[in-house]
Amino acid sequence: MAVASSAGVHHEPKSFMRRYIFSQDHKIIGIQYFLTSAVMGVVAGLLAMLIRLHLAWPEAKWPFLAKLFPLGMEDGLMKPEFYLSLVTMHGTLMVFFVISLALIGGFGNYLIPLQVGARDMAFPFLNMLSYWTIVPGCLIMLASFFVEGGAAASGWTAYPPLSAVEHAIPGSGMGQTLWLLGMALFIASFTMGGLNYVATILNLRTHGLSMMRLPSFIWTMLIASIVGLLAFPPLTAAAVLLLFDRHGGTSFFLPSGLFFGKQVLEHAGGTPLLWQHLFWFLGHPEVYVLVLPALGITLEILPTFTRKPIFGYRMTVYSLCAIAILGMIVWGHHMYVSGMSPYVGEFFAIGTLSITLPSAIIGFNMLASLWGGSLRFSTPMLFALGTISLFGTGGLGGIFLGNATSDIQLHDTYYVVGHFHFMIGGVTLFAIFGGLYYWFPKMFGRMMNEGLGRVHFWLSLVSFYGLFLTMHFLGFGGMPRRYFEFSKFNFLAPIRDLNVLVSVFAFVMGATQIIFLCNFFWSIFRGAKAERNPWKAAALEWTAPSPPPHGNWGDQLPQVHRWPYDYSLPGAHEDYVGQTVTPGEAKFSA
Amino acid sequence: MAEEQLLLSGDSPWSGGVSPFGVKWNKLMMWMFIITDALIFAGLLASYGFARLASDRWPDPAEIFHLSFLALMTFILISSSATMASAVGAARECHWTAATRFVLLTILGGLAFLGCQAYEWASLIGEGARLSSNPWGVVPFGSYFFVLTGFHGTHVLSGVVVLAITAFRSATGRSSADGIEVAGLYWHFVDLVWVFIFTLFYLI
Repeated sequence: MAVASSAGVHHEPKSFMRRYIFSQDHKIIGIQYFLTSAVMGVVAGLLAMLIRLHLAWPEAKWPFLAKLFPLGMEDGLMKPEFYLSLVTMHGTLMVFFVISLALIGGFGNYLIPLQVGARDMAFPFLNMLSYWTIVPGCLIMLASFFVEGGAAASGWTAYPPLSAVEHAIPGSGMGQTLWLLGMALFIASFTMGGLNYVATILNLRTHGLSMMRLPSFIWTMLIASIVGLLAFPPLTAAAVLLLFDRHGGTSFFLPSGLFFGKQVLEHAGGTPLLWQHLFWFLGHPEVYVLVLPALGITLEILPTFTRKPIFGYRMTVYSLCAIAILGMIVWGHHMYVSGMSPYVGEFFAIGTLSITLPSAIIGFNMLASLWGGSLRFSTPMLFALGTISLFGTGGLGGIFLGNATSDIQLHDTYYVVGHFHFMIGGVTLFAIFGGLYYWFPKMFGRMMNEGLGRVHFWLSLVSFYGLFLTMHFLGFGGMPRRYFEFSKFNFLAPIRDLNVLVSVFAFVMGATQIIFLCNFFWSIFRGAKAERNPWKAAALEWTAPSPPPHGNWGDQLPQVHRWPYDYSLPGAHEDYVGQTVTPGEAKFSA
Repeated sequence: MAEEQLLLSGDSPWSGGVSPFGVKWNKLMMWMFIITDALIFAGLLASYGFARLASDRWPDPAEIFHLSFLALMTFILISSSATMASAVGAARECHWTAATRFVLLTILGGLAFLGCQAYEWASLIGEGARLSSNPWGVVPFGSYFFVLTGFHGTHVLSGVVVLAITAFRSATGRSSADGIEVAGLYWHFVDLVWVFIFTLFYLI
């Protein structure tokens, strides 16, 4: 049974520009986000390769790189300021312009209307505007490599005074200003997208789709959007203040007595700590903005490939809410070494460690979802299992950083680098891959190659652990992050050569992604034809054609009668029952 | 594009197919935008508080600003909220001429407020206040003054632009009471923020 809708079928725009470039269709916009994210991902990945190349063999000369980067790699030797730009831009691009774009922009846009049974987002024009705001943001970020002094070099956290004093280091010049502008565009774009997501999920759910029947992915997107909308504005405020510090002569983040270039600066009255608080008020919730949708994707994949309902749906939803609330009040755990009062540190430490409870509940719910299922190890399932593994390992490592006592030892070492790559580099990346393999048939009407997918998964998993787990041990040995080279420190001599191993794993990891890109683009045009529901999944989006037409649902909106995880129902004809099947029908047919 | 129905049947408002809060998506979106925007101001005001508490002295605002003039500014802005509410009321009863007039009055109030602010900035700049320095010797005082009031003034200005579009649509018969109400929500928010800035920066 379906419900007649007032607006009826939407007329598809015919011109190429309106249909594929300035499209207001959430599916096209989602794919635009994916492609943009892929381009930025290749750039950010290559930056990481350069970083690892330098760290493994700091004294080797690379003449071919001198041709590509005549200033940064003069004579084939990397300059320190170029290295700092690489580290900064790798982090910024990966967090905001690769992972966010794919998870929030890509999956969010593509799946929200399909999974809630709507024809499109609440405000399609704003959705298009959101995408076309992020494009100049990406271009500005990329352009910053080519201005005088190179790209921003104050780290992805942009701590003042490096980011506030224009002549501090080469990257503090024009590159840093462009970094701020790019981030401003990103925040504007995210705000438009987030408003749309929340309004769509709350108001446009189709008949029968109550909140407790929502797919887990929609729950995570709802919570992540709300968290993002609350956490980003203070960073906007901080960015405004930082721009004034850079170009208006103010001293919001600059104390008196700063000494740069053999003279005392005129600034007075500000404090760099203010930036740290405002930045991490965003920065920590941002982790959950990224990790929660990644868990949501995993929770969507698991029931399809275990043929049983996910375990503990309600507890998962409550835990997601608890993580969101706690995640907003623990930003100070990034600042234990900033000289904060031990009592304040204790507050942040207790808050942080309490997050392990809801996180562990979700983790165990995912494990229990596997228990007793008929597991099918297709590529999406492999990546979902990989995500669970990385979530467990990374989460365990995080406990030591949440506690001030151990964090003070580990702060700013490679332990931190290893840990956050597990969480916002691994959990998210593996979930993105899993989600792409899973929903690819819906997006393009074709299947991706399974064999290549498995090779992609196993090489990625092994190299990922080799790369980032080893970094944890480098951190135990005291190796500091962001340093240009380590050859002058005797205490690092026993572990220094591990950097070669780490770099080799990094190159394997990087090369493995070429397999994925080839598979992805080859399958768009040459993959095996996919039917409407190739995985025999119960969720609503699989009742739409592959790929779904403009307006998604034909004449009438679907009517939902159950949650999306009805697998192996006793008495049912098939081992899954779609969300639109009425209780009466389920007994006799599928 | 949005196909939604307001709650009519006896279903739970959360069971799907209806708006759980009984509002259309555009109003819901404006409420969320207001929360987001309020948090930008919260970030700026918290930074200001941080700087003021960290500073060993702070100029007495009563000696620098003419508080009676500021009271007038505040009165103008709050009156414009009243005219805005009257515009929404008139639109609800389909008195479009009255609604347009009230929106125009609101715009006038906004412009008068901006004029007062320009006058206040000009006189302070005349006394030597700058973003980077000021004659009262506490650098953050001037910086936060210009950034806070400037950021709020920009909001008033964009509100005036939004209201001008609303007035045009209302005069040409293309507006709805909901549209005017959503624009009005933003305007009330801008006024409310001023109350916070007035209290926290000028009064205490």
